Amino acid sequence: MIDVDKWKEIINTLKSNKVRTFFTAFGVFWGIFMLIIMLGSGNGLQNAIYQNMGDFATNSCFMWTQQTSVAYKGFPRGRSYRFNNGDTKALLEKIPELKDLSPRLQGRGGDGSNNAVRGRKTGAFTIFGDYPAWNRIDPIKITSGRFINELDIKNNRKVVVIGKRVVEVLFEPEENPLEQYIKISGVYFKVVGVFKSKKGGQQAEREEQNVHMPFTTLQRIYNFGEDVGWYAMTASEEIPVGIVEEKAKEILKRRHSIAPDDERAVGGFNVSKEFKKMRGLFAGINGLIWIVGIGTLLAGVIGVSNIMLVIVKERTKEIGIQRAIGATPANIILQIINEAVFLTSIAGAIGLVCGFWLIELINFILESSNSSAEMFKNPEVDFSIAISALIILIFAGIFAGLIPAKRAVSIKPIDALRTE
Amino acid sequence: MIELKRLHKSYITGNNKLHVLKGLDLTIEQGELVSIMGSSGSGKSTLLNILGILDSYDQGSYKLNGTLMSNLTEKKAAHYRNNLLGFVFQSFNLISFKNAVENVALPLYYQGVSRKKRNKIALDYLDKMGLKDWAEHMPSELSGGQKQRVAIARAMISKPKVILADEPTGALDSATSIEVMELFREINKDGITMIIVTHEQDISEKTDRIIHLKDGIIEFEHNTKKLVYV
Repeated sequence: MIDVDKWKEIINTLKSNKVRTFFTAFGVFWGIFMLIIMLGSGNGLQNAIYQNMGDFATNSCFMWTQQTSVAYKGFPRGRSYRFNNGDTKALLEKIPELKDLSPRLQGRGGDGSNNAVRGRKTGAFTIFGDYPAWNRIDPIKITSGRFINELDIKNNRKVVVIGKRVVEVLFEPEENPLEQYIKISGVYFKVVGVFKSKKGGQQAEREEQNVHMPFTTLQRIYNFGEDVGWYAMTASEEIPVGIVEEKAKEILKRRHSIAPDDERAVGGFNVSKEFKKMRGLFAGINGLIWIVGIGTLLAGVIGVSNIMLVIVKERTKEIGIQRAIGATPANIILQIINEAVFLTSIAGAIGLVCGFWLIELINFILESSNSSAEMFKNPEVDFSIAISALIILIFAGIFAGLIPAKRAVSIKPIDALRTE
Repeated sequence: MIELKRLHKSYITGNNKLHVLKGLDLTIEQGELVSIMGSSGSGKSTLLNILGILDSYDQGSYKLNGTLMSNLTEKKAAHYRNNLLGFVFQSFNLISFKNAVENVALPLYYQGVSRKKRNKIALDYLDKMGLKDWAEHMPSELSGGQKQRVAIARAMISKPKVILADEPTGALDSATSIEVMELFREINKDGITMIIVTHEQDISEKTDRIIHLKDGIIEFEHNTKKLVYV
């Protein structure tokens, strides 16, 4: 029941000591404000990290060669070796759990000197030799044309898929790069696809300077022979990539006469493991945010409860009068709880609005400054979280009012009337 | 209307037991205008509090309007206070942040009467008290006599059977006191039982029946000009 008298009562009580009311309300305001800001920042951090990963397959791992660390089969330790096409074949044949296998090579000349030429325009880009599988492991967004396909691999076609930045450097703005030729390390390639990164910030900038050509083509152009630079692989659904990683290492060690207990020879990076660690970290951060946030909020609520106790004590006589003229204990309890809920809700709502506003402001500044902030992106707070925070607040208000209300009605009306 | 039998009340403070009312018998009929007199410590305030269901009693019985008032829950007590009783206090006890009409209307608020309706009724009562022009004033803007008339209007608005007044003229000058007593008599004419606690002789003389309390029992009472010893 919305009653003018009730509201008048509430506002009058709170107005009678403005400074105290303000500081009490500030406690609740600060609690909810901090909670929103922290949640927003946590999400910002998470968004930034996840965006840096793009659509990267998380159930994946990488493998590369390092020097052996154990002498084996007459070979000394400290021996260098290379993966080769035979390894690729063996891995594909012997690991049924393998979903995608992408052998990779990087073209020489990625040291900053210009390696791509078109007419009078030149640029220095990173050249990768790839299988079609690569686009399923670390996907990019093909904006026109296509990615490397099986025929390119089979026929060692001289085609390239180039990043947005490459197009910007080598082509005029209005030019369509498809079907055009660019010269890479002295060999002409036909552009068959243009792509954009799915990642954010500097990661995207770096990725968009890449040039992908068929793996087999790159092997020939740069005289790699049968060599493979490194492998990226993903496991089938439901199978942890760790299993694939283990099997692959075993096969590679056997094929290259490396001691089975040599932990160093085959370098590896398990993305799924790292990803899990990161998810755990974010869960931890989130948990901490809630604990701190709820704690701060609780401190504010206790402040409200405290102030209500004082108010009740100050108004003992008035409550006595009200009871003498017929107010039931329920009337009194409701009135005090109403006041507490009112105070917490108003303060909380302001905190909520200010928190959201600040987050939006940060978002706006980040976006308008176009900064490629690596560690902070698109801070946001779920609407459902705001709603749950509001519900918590209302319950907190009831809690804050309950103890003082009980106190108020525990005094006999006659004693209440006698107090001055 | 009011029937007290062998009423006992004592207060316990620490190890001391203070026996205030010592087996009080009293019957007040509907429509009487009664004053209760006595020196301080005679138990007159305690009696009034028990009559007003603001305090409990230890022994005996108290019937109000035919209903026994004992072991009441706070909710029940509030209900009876709201419907059967009206209070007028020495210090007026108006709520400081409500204006005159809101103060008068407050008992009806607890009865669940809508704001518009109860404020209209309250204005009628204020009009009867000659305070219509002061309806929007806050208590701090009113004189003592005006405050007490607001309090009387508040006591009357729920159409109680009994109005209890605790030293209603204690804070007023003599001219205003006389006005207030005349007002009480007017109200009494409508059939509302009036019980006034006072220690002023000239106030009690304006009532129909004077009950003298001493040491927790009725010492004597006199009816108008006729003296009756108990």
